[in-house]
Amino acid sequence: MSQLNLHLKVWRQNAGQPGHFQDIEAPEIPDHASFLEMMDIVNDRLISNGQEPVAFDHDCREGICGMCSMQINGVPHGPEKATTTCQLHMRKFRTGDTIWVEPFRAKAFPVIKDLVVNRGAFDRIQQAGGFISVRTGAPQDANALPIGKVVADAAMDAAACIGCGACVAACKNASAMLFVSAKAGQLNVLPQGQPEKDRRTLGMVRQMDKEGFGNCTNQYECEAACPKEISVRWITKLNRDYAVAAVKEALGNSPKVAGGGD
Amino acid sequence: MSLNSSIPSGPMAMKWSKHKQDSKLINPKNKRKFTVLVVGSGLAGSSAAATLSELGYKVKCFCFQDSPRRAHSIAAQGGINAAKNYQNDGDSVHRLFYDTVKGGDFRARESNVHRLAEVSVNIIDQCVAQGVPFAREYGGMLANRSFGGAQVSRTFYARGQTGQQLLLGAYSALNKEIAAGGVQMYPRTEMLDVVTVDGHAKGIITRNLVTGKIESHAGDAVLLCTGGYGNVFYLSTNAMGCNVTATWRAHKKGAYFANPCYTQIHPTCIPVSGDYQSKLTLMSESLRNDGRIWVPKKAADIGKTPAQIPESDRDYFLERKYPSFGNLAPRDISSRTAKEVCDEGRGVGPGGRGVFLDFAEAIGQFGQKTIAERYGNLFAMYEKITGEDGYKQPMRIYPAVHYTMGGLWVDYNLMSNLPGLHVLGEANFSDHGANRLGASALMQGLADGYFVIPTTIANYLVHQKPGSVTTEHPEFKKALENCTAQTKRFLDIKGKRSVDSFHRELGLLVWDKCGMARDRAGLTEALKRIPELREEFHNNVLVPGSGNACNPELEKAGRVADFMEFAELLCLDALNREESCGGHFRNEHQYPDGEAKRDDENFSYSAAWGYSGDFAKPELNKEPLTFEEVHLAVRSYK
Repeated sequence: MSQLNLHLKVWRQNAGQPGHFQDIEAPEIPDHASFLEMMDIVNDRLISNGQEPVAFDHDCREGICGMCSMQINGVPHGPEKATTTCQLHMRKFRTGDTIWVEPFRAKAFPVIKDLVVNRGAFDRIQQAGGFISVRTGAPQDANALPIGKVVADAAMDAAACIGCGACVAACKNASAMLFVSAKAGQLNVLPQGQPEKDRRTLGMVRQMDKEGFGNCTNQYECEAACPKEISVRWITKLNRDYAVAAVKEALGNSPKVAGGGD
Repeated sequence: MSLNSSIPSGPMAMKWSKHKQDSKLINPKNKRKFTVLVVGSGLAGSSAAATLSELGYKVKCFCFQDSPRRAHSIAAQGGINAAKNYQNDGDSVHRLFYDTVKGGDFRARESNVHRLAEVSVNIIDQCVAQGVPFAREYGGMLANRSFGGAQVSRTFYARGQTGQQLLLGAYSALNKEIAAGGVQMYPRTEMLDVVTVDGHAKGIITRNLVTGKIESHAGDAVLLCTGGYGNVFYLSTNAMGCNVTATWRAHKKGAYFANPCYTQIHPTCIPVSGDYQSKLTLMSESLRNDGRIWVPKKAADIGKTPAQIPESDRDYFLERKYPSFGNLAPRDISSRTAKEVCDEGRGVGPGGRGVFLDFAEAIGQFGQKTIAERYGNLFAMYEKITGEDGYKQPMRIYPAVHYTMGGLWVDYNLMSNLPGLHVLGEANFSDHGANRLGASALMQGLADGYFVIPTTIANYLVHQKPGSVTTEHPEFKKALENCTAQTKRFLDIKGKRSVDSFHRELGLLVWDKCGMARDRAGLTEALKRIPELREEFHNNVLVPGSGNACNPELEKAGRVADFMEFAELLCLDALNREESCGGHFRNEHQYPDGEAKRDDENFSYSAAWGYSGDFAKPELNKEPLTFEEVHLAVRSYK
């Protein structure tokens, strides 16, 4: 095991106030540490020096909860492909490196403090239709509805999204299309999802627009940054589903678009 | 206080049906007048909140994460058991029930376990209807696998992320109810205390983790769905935020804490690499299907590379000790045996705490391609974390704390001894006895939330006048002032050591003395050192920042303060239980061949500890365990 001496430039900000980059020296960082463990070491030293530690979101530290959200050297979750910040390890850096650490930047993700942002918009988009309206206790036997492996696998591909927001942070327009398309797409390909497909699609897309995310201009940085490698083909599908639902709505034969639950 | 577990009478297989018949109903118009507070939004919390709202109750749900989808249920990899018998391999409700009682080393309450096995089949139906993408066969039917040494294939799974898919299903049900106005969601909100009025749980005190505001919430019943206490060991496979605060503060308000010494250590985790380590990563134990576990026969060989150690100098210790189960021996046995060989100085890797998990033979037999198809994501994860290639050299693994079977004591209705306080999922003690079987945690969380509490909560609420207590009650004011004062106290200490440094020290101590194997001397020493460390914490911790803003250090301080108190109860319980069973192994109580020696005559009970105000002398209440269906036997896997 070797050690790294690093220069950090870390974004510091309190909610509602202007922020700035702070220069922090990070000497003697073990190369086996994860990026977040490096931040733990930095924070421990800041605390000992009577300074306030850097606030950042994290929880499972195994790449599945989607809580960690750092823009590292301008790239959401840093340089390694298909990896969340918590699973990025310091051996991917070299001693002497300068590392820029910022929060995920988007108008729809306001900064709470330092590297912590509010991603409540993602929850609200899913409340606008990202579900199948089935009551507990109502369903038939699970095998009464066969679903071909190809369809089931496709739904699983979309369902792998961990809702971290890297797609938004990677996009120059801060578009949430990759996230919304994966969430809507999982249910829209499944037979169980058909009855509410139009309503779901219109509801989620309109909520997305209302939250202040930008438009998709098909440059696919979202796919490159996605730690779960969600494919942009889901965006194509969402656009198709949206067009169909919107036409039906315009012709007057689609049920009313609502937040759901009616 | 006497413990009334409210187990329904009648034959085991009929108890739940009978109880459903006998349970109270509340008419739909009145349900709307009741408010239920649900703390936690994992599988148990989300499913309970959504289902209670569907029934018409007003629900408020709280989680400390930024979204309910991030609760730690999300991290479960392997699968969920259900007695569907889709494989026609002889599975049944009774067999799942039997396996769970035996797997728990005969320390679980039979009636609860039977109910769990019964509702397991409904869970799969429910999840499929929600759009959970379980693995399927080409014919469109659901796929199953055998898991954790079970002799039938009853485990349903969704790639390596069954927990995330089930939680997203429950979260979608929760979203449906939030949109319908039935559930009010409070993310980034941590529970600090339970408020009791005339002995009933009638509310909670919370802290808004963004603004720091401490607030009161009144309700007609409180549900704690707040997970386990594995992070008392500091290093565990739990998420960083997992904590004992909700259940511990409820305990200090009178709820009994049962069997805290039952902790599960998972055998296949990536070993500790240094003192900066913040958590341990689990790799699915399915790896043991093809990997062979070994260490050098001679301690002198531990410095050599695996390739330098010839076959004759390797000790495949699980195959040697357990010829019929071999590398698939249950979690507790595999973990303990790995510790034994490391204690003998034969462990590999940094600090000598690791054993090899070797795929060379499987790769030779099936080819690397097949092994990659089976476990590719796990090999990739291992490489990411260790920088080593598991195809070219054996992986190194070591056991880590994974799950806690103990928790708040509950009756058959999932209500604690504090009327109105219900406890679901890993937070309660009821279903897994002294050891949990693989793929059973997800099952229990969803069983409790979707199917048990929606029926049983009415048995409490029907006797309550809805909305009878508001936050104007003096008990709320008192609790709120206490929480505010505690927050201020942490900030005012201004000592020299960070919260994490205390947590690490506590964790090492508890892991060393109350980990995979325990003995009287070690536990006694821990019980002496924990109060000393606690005292130092309260005099020398340094919590920077203020209470009126987002302050992660302050959040951690509150959690670690509770772990410091809880750790003492954990060790006391381990000291009291003079036997070995499941996840609790006392060195003094073993057969000559090293197997766990249960003492059914004296310890066939659940230990439900009451808070007495003095951590050294909690009150011990015993719930005797009686076995009507399953015959007590030595749990042998030889």
